[in-house]
Amino acid sequence: MIEQKYDVIIIGGGPAGLSAAAKAVENGLKTLLLENREMLGGIPFQCVHTGFGIHCFKEDLTGGEFIARLIDRAVEKGVETMVKTHVLKIQVYSALEKTVYAASPKGFLKIQAKAIIYAAGARERHQYEIGLAGDRPDGVYTAGEAQALMDVYGVLPGKKIVIIGSGDVGLIMARRLAMERAEVKAVIEVLPYPGGLTRNIVQCLNDFNIPLYLSHMVREVKGSERVEKVIVTRVGEDMKPDGSFEFELECDTVIVSAGLKPDVDILEKIGVETDPATGGPVVNEFYETSVPLVFTAGNALVVNDLVDYDVEQGEAAATHALKLLGDYLSPRLEWRRVERGRNIRLIVPQLVSGSKDVVFYSRVQYPEDNVRLTIRETGFEKRFFKVKPAEMIRIMIPAEELAKARRGKITFEVVR
Amino acid sequence: MVGETRVAIIGAGVIGASIARVLSRFENLQVYVLDENYDVGGEASRANSSVIHPGHEEDPDNQPLRAKLCTEGNALWRRWCMELEIPVKWVGELMLFERNEDEKEAEKYVEWAHKNNVAGVRILREEELFEMDSSINRNVKGGVYAPTAGLISPFEAVVALVENAVDNGVRLLTETRVKRIVVRNNVVVGVETSKGLIETDIVINAAGLNADEVSRLAGVEPWFRIKPRKGEYIIFDKEAEPKPSLVLHTMPTPITKGVYASTTVHGNLMIGPTAEDLPYEKKKDTSTSLEGLEHLVKEAGRILCKVPPRSRIIKFFAGLRPEPPDGKWLIKAYSQPYGFINVAGIRSPGLTAAPAIANHVLSLITETYGLRLVEKKGWRPFRRQIACVSEMDYDILEKHISENPDYGEIICFCNNVSRAEVSEAIERMRRIGVKTITFDGVKLRTTAGFGKCQASRCKIRMALLISEATGTPLCNIIMKKSSIGVGGVKTLWTQNKESMKND
Amino acid sequence: MSRIVEYTCIICPSGCLLRVEAEENRVVKVEGAGCPRGVEYAKQEFSDPMRIVFTVVRVRNGELPTVSVKTTRPIPKNKVFNLMKMLASIELEAPVEIGEIIVGDAYGAEVVATRRVGRREPVAG
Repeated sequence: MIEQKYDVIIIGGGPAGLSAAAKAVENGLKTLLLENREMLGGIPFQCVHTGFGIHCFKEDLTGGEFIARLIDRAVEKGVETMVKTHVLKIQVYSALEKTVYAASPKGFLKIQAKAIIYAAGARERHQYEIGLAGDRPDGVYTAGEAQALMDVYGVLPGKKIVIIGSGDVGLIMARRLAMERAEVKAVIEVLPYPGGLTRNIVQCLNDFNIPLYLSHMVREVKGSERVEKVIVTRVGEDMKPDGSFEFELECDTVIVSAGLKPDVDILEKIGVETDPATGGPVVNEFYETSVPLVFTAGNALVVNDLVDYDVEQGEAAATHALKLLGDYLSPRLEWRRVERGRNIRLIVPQLVSGSKDVVFYSRVQYPEDNVRLTIRETGFEKRFFKVKPAEMIRIMIPAEELAKARRGKITFEVVR
Repeated sequence: MVGETRVAIIGAGVIGASIARVLSRFENLQVYVLDENYDVGGEASRANSSVIHPGHEEDPDNQPLRAKLCTEGNALWRRWCMELEIPVKWVGELMLFERNEDEKEAEKYVEWAHKNNVAGVRILREEELFEMDSSINRNVKGGVYAPTAGLISPFEAVVALVENAVDNGVRLLTETRVKRIVVRNNVVVGVETSKGLIETDIVINAAGLNADEVSRLAGVEPWFRIKPRKGEYIIFDKEAEPKPSLVLHTMPTPITKGVYASTTVHGNLMIGPTAEDLPYEKKKDTSTSLEGLEHLVKEAGRILCKVPPRSRIIKFFAGLRPEPPDGKWLIKAYSQPYGFINVAGIRSPGLTAAPAIANHVLSLITETYGLRLVEKKGWRPFRRQIACVSEMDYDILEKHISENPDYGEIICFCNNVSRAEVSEAIERMRRIGVKTITFDGVKLRTTAGFGKCQASRCKIRMALLISEATGTPLCNIIMKKSSIGVGGVKTLWTQNKESMKND
Repeated sequence: MSRIVEYTCIICPSGCLLRVEAEENRVVKVEGAGCPRGVEYAKQEFSDPMRIVFTVVRVRNGELPTVSVKTTRPIPKNKVFNLMKMLASIELEAPVEIGEIIVGDAYGAEVVATRRVGRREPVAG
């Protein structure tokens, strides 16, 4: 058995985990990073498109270029890593004593740590979670799966494609498939507005004349062995078929791009409180979950749309870990709960003290123009020309502002 | 008949596999199992309620054969599951009713239990029920308790049976479609298949949904037609509550045993089935519908204290049950043509009765054809299941990893299935004679890909392991029935040389 | 005679709606851009739309069968498929390093690798 002791164990070797690990080592913490796949890097490795690192490297990199830099940086700092190492269980003995049990080809691991930074990312919502009915033929993939299949393993998933969901990954896959001359028949979105960025609608769909059907759903998949066609139907405001319009699209492949869900099962088992709005843990301004010195960052905390945010959260979590390990015995802060008001779908962190500047990450429920983001209790407000569910709002609120809220809660809302 | 007798079993479902295992005991039988699919257990045997029924729901007067073989089968599975290490749990069941006036109907089953020799069946009322299983809806008034009900993993059962049968000399021929039963002078002499002629003395028709067609190929029972009866099911993730400790179900209707709610042997809440009679020709229609899903959630809500939200659903699927005329199983050995045996229309409780049906078929063979069967000396009753990481204590896991590092490489992150298990499943598929190793076959043998993410994180890696083991290029790996890809990523550019017009 | 064309800017995630007023084939006014890059984009899009191309190229004897590549700058949009066709015919020999030039002149840009693909260890035996 491999038994060792660390200050901090980082679970997950993607952007957030790598950044957390590099920062933790820089901060002088004895750090171990565990990654369950065969190599470090996480999802950006499979992304051939640009849009990575605009903030943290001031360059527009592809996923592969970006993640190579993060890996290099972690290696330079001397981060100790183990790949093919899958955490089976975390056991919490006390605030400063945790054991992580993991399986790895090198042996069974039982590692003690004072703190854990959980950065295992998110997983994709699949066909059954979105209620895709009909036959269950082969040829249905999640967008990320199709992306890895094509752009890492060199396999074309299909020739005639229908994409369900207009999130950015789905749009980017529409373009990738069209670039390789697959016939992308349509992108079907159940909501009345697209899930992805407008620029992706333009450069991924319009450039290739791929139709986008808003307020439509795939009612049924047909096919005995392989997907043969889908039946698309219009939906009403309740997002249920309204019977007004229905058509068939012949295709051999369906790609489901229905968003991500933080992967926090292992945290739930140690009693970490989760937020139904984000699907991730409830955290305080240190990204610490309801279990002391268990932190989260990246998509395991909240599904980010810019990888720069994952990096920022990872580094912050490592810095917070250092701080809390250092003055763990100092009196704990009193938390004000962050509430979601009008047109706020989610916001993290969910708990703040008022004694520290806090960067909030939030998403709205529906698109709106010319609005103000306000804090009800303090009178804070900021104008936004446009807000969209697809575009995360990142906003720093100074401690003084947060401290104004006396009554134990801080309500963010979007007002006209 | 003297010397070695050749037997061809058509269909590697739970019936065919059970018969194969029973017949593998004899020295002077050479047994073949034929199946048109890539793998065994591909049809009704893999998509059903997974319940081993006690036998009190079978009408002893109208369905005496079903009643007898169901009760016997239940008892036999207890031994078979131990010998073959088939995942099973003997939890008992409750048939629940919500109106006091249903008690009269409930009493009927207590009476049938008596007649069918099913032990321990009795009616329980409210408090007693809720104490037995806290996941029961408080509106339920009472229920028929049958302690002998069990839950099995039906696909793994078929795999175990076939592995054991092959280990004892049976030969499995997959991807082999029956075209003709060759009869000479009113005697069966062979089966003509897509892979050529198989000479045989006895043909056992265990072709499930297609058994009516096979029967007609042999020229018997032209009136006999099988109707596909569709049942849809929902599976929730492992953390979803409630998790009934017993098998719960609503009162049977004329066409079904009601809607079941149970916790599978792998720990997921499963509800189902619906019951929908399809036209005769729709023998491949296993489609699901939103209506079916809603119906199940509603019906399960009658017996469960709550039904988990839709977001906890990890899979819904449908299976087809082979429904014979009048619900009567057709199990018969013919003398015209001599050597042909029908084991057809085996609708519910076919899974439960399978071992007893196999024994019954054995006696038909000896009685009808006067065979004197000689028991094999070295017949091996045991089969080991694949050692799985998810069920190991950590000290055992440590030992496994130190002996084989592949146990430490987890492939399926949801269900903690290791590379060693995947490799073992592939190896076992080859050993029984599966020619095309499918992702689906590996998935069902290991539970890899059957968790919350439904293989979206492990599908490609599993396909890569199959590719490595078989030498088949990744893009040609078969998922269930079709390949993971259509070619290399540049296929459409290189295949078609015609110039592309500029955008 | 003047005419109006509308574009959505793809330079940054803001996705500004750009309104281009043109006379003959000359841009006279760009409205709606949130920054100067948007104005430039609108002019370019009007006269000669350009796109960065990213795709993968096949690799022989690599740990992976493909390497991701991109053009170092945008190329004319109407040449994108010509370049794709050319890249489809290429097969590189592993290893490939990040930044390695795959095509020296692709409509005024270079095509470079954006991922490292190591050489596959020879199969034992």
